[in-house]
Amino acid sequence: MGVETSAWSPYRAVLASRLRAQRAYPVGFVLDVLGSLLVGLVELAEVWVIFSNVRVLGGLDFSAILLVFGLSNLTFSLADLFVGHLDTLPTYIRAGTLDAFYLRPLPVLGQLVTSELELRRISRIAVGAAALAAGLAATHASLDLRNVVLLVLAVVFGTAIFAALFVCAASVQFFLINGAELTNSFTYGGSYAASQPASVFPGPLKLLFGYLVPVVFTAYLPTLALLGLPGPAGLPAWLAWLLPVAALWVWGVALVLWRWGTRHYQGGGG
Amino acid sequence: MPADLRTYLKLVRAGFAKQAHYRLAMLAGLGTNLVFGFIRAAILFAAVTSAGGSLGGYTVGTISSYVWLSQGLLGAIELSGRAEVGDRVRTGDVAVDFIRPVDLQTWHLAEDMGRAAYTLIPRGLPSVLVGALTVGLVLPRTPLPYLLGLVSVVAGVAISFYCRYAVNVLGFWLLDTRGVRTLYTVTSTFLAGLFVPVSLFPSWLHTVAYWTPFPSILQIPVNVLSGRDAGVDAAAALLMQGGWLIAVCLVGRALTNAGRRQLVLNGG
Repeated sequence: MGVETSAWSPYRAVLASRLRAQRAYPVGFVLDVLGSLLVGLVELAEVWVIFSNVRVLGGLDFSAILLVFGLSNLTFSLADLFVGHLDTLPTYIRAGTLDAFYLRPLPVLGQLVTSELELRRISRIAVGAAALAAGLAATHASLDLRNVVLLVLAVVFGTAIFAALFVCAASVQFFLINGAELTNSFTYGGSYAASQPASVFPGPLKLLFGYLVPVVFTAYLPTLALLGLPGPAGLPAWLAWLLPVAALWVWGVALVLWRWGTRHYQGGGG
Repeated sequence: MPADLRTYLKLVRAGFAKQAHYRLAMLAGLGTNLVFGFIRAAILFAAVTSAGGSLGGYTVGTISSYVWLSQGLLGAIELSGRAEVGDRVRTGDVAVDFIRPVDLQTWHLAEDMGRAAYTLIPRGLPSVLVGALTVGLVLPRTPLPYLLGLVSVVAGVAISFYCRYAVNVLGFWLLDTRGVRTLYTVTSTFLAGLFVPVSLFPSWLHTVAYWTPFPSILQIPVNVLSGRDAGVDAAAALLMQGGWLIAVCLVGRALTNAGRRQLVLNGG
């Protein structure tokens, strides 16, 4: 084998080592996978409990909600797999180990993102995918070209939207100490909001989750478009086709925040 | 006053004072509480409306109280599996703690009570206030539910502490308690009735939930505070909490004693 010279080879080497590391403790890995499977199942159970009381919520029945739940969980857990470990940034900052990332001739964000790939998250991805498949079957949504394009858009750009939220949350950590909980309200709050029929939200929440932190784009809007439903005031179904624009908007904000954050950082001292 | 009690009261004050240092974290916690509160309120309001205005005995006004009282208590009862004793077990500091002239479990309980009391000021009261001002709450107009509610909240905080303590001292046997803590957090938030009140569970799941201590941590204090459980119901609710309090306390003590023997065997 020759010497690899591609710009990606350092990232590849790190990722390969992280994957090997997770294979070193198989029992712990299995427990983690089961734990994250349970998280997904319990979240589904919460939705199901509501629907054991009512037939329709916010204009959607249980089969349509399965689509919303499946898409939001699939995209959130994919984003979590790729960049979720950014939430360990406060630990790096506190311990001063972040300085090492600055010294290497690679972008800090790129290094952090590729510093881990937690395979245990696959079980939540599986729950999301299964709910999505069940929702597609239960709603009899036709899988013609238009709908397949819509689904691909939703998964790709939905994941991008959540990934950008993780980057936003991490950027804020440069300014806060012990503020991990605030940033949780971005990421986990966003994921919770995304799995709900946004038509039940009062105006300010529609504005917040529809446009500012546009998680409604990840699941609710594509579901409306798939099922040919019109959507509530302020959130028409055709907005689903603007998924790339929504993703571009949050990524723009995320990169600006990240730039501010990394420039604000003064080092861990010592 | 016996010297022991004075020590524990000092620990309660220390827990309170320690928490008071994390002002920004408190503000962040309040922000999170409010965001989740608004989402939960929107969903449950829609569910009550969709059911024709009454769902499992809740109206829009009373389910609003449920949402905002539970959001307000969230900081105090701490449903996540975190407990400081876990770090001390992991690092081995607990070996020194066993030599101290205070009981390990009660010491941490005292500190946690202080912590919980403090969180009610910047997180609990503002959450309830925001709920009252934005969507409106239906709350009792007599003092008795608040007095009983206070007892019930204190019991809920203590039960939550004893549960988290028991989970964390499993660290005597496990290298890493992260997996167990995740399982605990997921199960406890669901069965305590955080996202959907336990009263709305289908009857079999309702029965399952009440075979665990979790409804005693959140659902029951909220029921008593809001006057949903009054009179005989309130007395029964408090009795149930008393039973769980003793049970989970004893489990924690048994685990501590067993872990302590194991620690001595390992030496060092």
